[in-house]
Amino acid sequence: MAGKLLFKGMLAGLIASLLIFCFLRVFGEPPLERAIAFEEQAESAVPHAHAPEVAAAEPELVSRQTQAGFGLLTGVLAYGAAVGGLFAIAFAFANGRLGALGPRTTTLLLAAVGLIALVLVPALKYPPNPPAVGSGDTIDARTQLYFVMMGFSLFTAVAALITGRRLWMSLGDWRAFVLPAGVYVATIALALAALPSVNEVPETFPTDALWAFRAASLTGHVIFWAALAVAFAAIQTRSPKARSREHISA
Amino acid sequence: MSTLLQHQAKFSGSIATPAPIPLREVMPWALFGGLMMLLAIYFVGVEEGALSVFAGSYVHEYVHDARHLLGFPCH
Ligand SMILES: [Zn+2]
Repeated sequence: MAGKLLFKGMLAGLIASLLIFCFLRVFGEPPLERAIAFEEQAESAVPHAHAPEVAAAEPELVSRQTQAGFGLLTGVLAYGAAVGGLFAIAFAFANGRLGALGPRTTTLLLAAVGLIALVLVPALKYPPNPPAVGSGDTIDARTQLYFVMMGFSLFTAVAALITGRRLWMSLGDWRAFVLPAGVYVATIALALAALPSVNEVPETFPTDALWAFRAASLTGHVIFWAALAVAFAAIQTRSPKARSREHISA
Repeated sequence: MSTLLQHQAKFSGSIATPAPIPLREVMPWALFGGLMMLLAIYFVGVEEGALSVFAGSYVHEYVHDARHLLGFPCH
């Protein structure tokens, strides 16, 4: 049962990520290319800071064409299948345990929570950045901060969800939604204020390319979670009739 | 008993609250599956950046566009 569910989640994730591969290929690659052009221009403008042999020993491992094609496809598919699998695990825990919610409502609720807690809220503090924006020296700190923000956001959201369910049992009205949501927003506001900011955007970086890149990345995530929810619900709630017909014909 | 409830939930449509899958049944899948999924996300989002399992930077370079466009910190 749980194993089948995991497989269904991964399948839904693959479908959703195929969709956003197309989207990112069309809307994400152009600003990314512009960022790389900016980076190359900036590098050639400054007299080489690296020793010449270091610069020469940096061959192009993967061509830009592969990075923007199969590389992007592989990365997005792996990510999508994995997030879909984790989504199915969350669903296996939540389904039937969140009060009187049917599987479709639970799916939609979890997808909304996932999009907000894992993507939108972390992006408020650490937004997606195109190449040439982050420094190699700070990658460790930036990676840690990003995952701390994401982990904290997810933890707080799950706590709010569990609290909301309890309140719904005892109070049974709108307070069960408003109170945990309010506490979530307040806690996140504190975290946003407390965590250190990172701004490494070069002064001359084209602002419209930065904006287009971030918009494409976030829109991609919105499409992903919407498609994941729809695909998962569709796979989950295929009519029992169709299923038993399959059994008979198999 | 629980399978009977699940059976009923499955065939009564979306009217009834579905019977939850017993935690004992979910746990092994959650642990094993969860670990596999996180590993995949690690390779797309982090490998050969802040942390490295493999030497070199082939994995990083190959998934590089996905890493940036999915919002992971990079360069
Ligand atoms: Zn990069």
